[in-house]
Amino acid sequence: MSALKADAVLDLRGVLCPMNFVKAKLKLEGMDSGQVLEIVLDSGEPIQNVPKSIKEEGHRIVEVKKEDDHFRLKIEKGQ
Amino acid sequence: MDRFIEDKTTKVPVKLEGQEKKLDFMELKTGGFIKQRQKDLFAVRLRCPGGRMSTDKLVEVARIAHRYSKKSVVHFSFRQSLEILYVDYKDFDAMIGEITKIGMKVASCGPRVRVPTACGGCEYNPNGLTDTQGLADMVDKKYFGTPTHHKFKISFSGCPIDCARTREMDLGFQGVVEPEWDEPPCTGCTICSEACKEDAIQSDPDTGKPIYDAKKCIWCGDCIRACPTGAWRAKRYGHLVRLGGKHGRHPVEAREVALFVPDEKVPAVIERTIEWYLANGIRGERVAKTIVRVGLDNYLKFMEPVFEGSALVGRAEKEAV
Ligand code: HEM
Ligand code: HEM
Ligand code: SF4
Ligand code: SF4
Ligand code: SF4
Repeated sequence: MSALKADAVLDLRGVLCPMNFVKAKLKLEGMDSGQVLEIVLDSGEPIQNVPKSIKEEGHRIVEVKKEDDHFRLKIEKGQ
Repeated sequence: MDRFIEDKTTKVPVKLEGQEKKLDFMELKTGGFIKQRQKDLFAVRLRCPGGRMSTDKLVEVARIAHRYSKKSVVHFSFRQSLEILYVDYKDFDAMIGEITKIGMKVASCGPRVRVPTACGGCEYNPNGLTDTQGLADMVDKKYFGTPTHHKFKISFSGCPIDCARTREMDLGFQGVVEPEWDEPPCTGCTICSEACKEDAIQSDPDTGKPIYDAKKCIWCGDCIRACPTGAWRAKRYGHLVRLGGKHGRHPVEAREVALFVPDEKVPAVIERTIEWYLANGIRGERVAKTIVRVGLDNYLKFMEPVFEGSALVGRAEKEAV
């Protein structure tokens, strides 16, 4: 029941910290504010670290779904 | 091989601050001059509270070190102060003049409050919860050199990762935050239970919402940082206070004595703790020993006006609650 449509998707499974965050950040930089990026993160370190860094950069995590051993997050780009 | 044979002479004539004096090596040490193995050569330990220095000063210190270190080396000490090595005692006069001119000071040894150490804290460290650098600076200005029964080391860590090793200090302050959960914004995403490394948050199997176990919580704030909706918030910040740790040959882990002590009470905690130590300790005894001899209860009772409700009687009792 995905309410939000993603403008871009990035599968970061298997990408280690902090490169998963850096990749998400680079992708977001190429997008417009208000657009939505969907990322897939492994549980464990990536899910412990990436969401807080995304928040610190001023973006909003608008949807989170847990799927087996990974998470699917929708991020709305901040200003 | 004379590597292990020490030079036992302690007194030498030297010119200090323009006057001919007999310089006592043991006395010198109290001022941060440490005699090296090598004849006539000393390590000069500078006072760098929290391990922080402006680049202006660093440039000047580098110039001075380069001029006076016979081997052109410095060492970053384990307590964050910079040591200029291989300094000839005959150069002390000139060198101290230059150090003083740039506003730097020499550290101390002996039975007194030492230069405080601190991690980066909340100013720029992602995990930081408290202004460790600001507090270390305050302690250095207010309490450095205060005479005590033995060395008295104070440090500040910004969070429970405890990089500044408050567990090994006579008195340590470690940043903590109490998380508070508010139901309405929570979407049951389960990120907080993944983010908590202490197993203090389980996700409700039906709703995904957090079930918080205060007994396991170490007040790191990871849940607050990770929560996408702001359902986890900071209720209050403060310090976990530790007393009676030490390093050296026989390390002792500090006791946890108070929780959520706010910044503005840090000076009162230091002053009253030193007051208790001076009244109850004996010469040459670290706080660690005083606690064992006199009893932690005695200390906690004495601290009641400062700690008020925040006193802790140790983790074991916390778990029993
Ligand atoms: C094969 C390619 C790359 C490798 C092996 C690599 C490796 C690393 C490593 C080892 C770190 C340090 C991690 C740490 O300190 O824990 C790092 C950090 C970083 N890398 Fe890369 N990197 C690569 C490509 C890139 C690219 C293409 C960019 C940007 C266009 C980039 C930007 C960064 C940034 C900004 C950091 C710092 C992240 C932070 O401080 O959190 N890297 N990288
Ligand atoms: C000639 C005499 C001395 C020399 C050469 C000396 C040298 C040093 C040095 C270089 C360190 C490491 C400091 C650092 O890396 O931050 C140190 C640490 C230490 N010093 Fe001394 N020191 C002397 C006298 C003393 C005295 C008189 C005491 C005790 C009253 C003492 C107790 C310690 C202890 C316990 C440490 C371990 C570090 C710690 O607890 O943080 N030292 N000393
Ligand atoms: S103790 Fe915490 S705040 Fe301080 S440096 Fe370590 S991780 Fe950062
Ligand atoms: S503050 Fe730290 S230990 Fe406590 S619940 Fe949150 S993440 Fe877990
Ligand atoms: S991270 Fe926040 S929104 Fe997600 S389950 Fe925990 S409290 Fe709820």
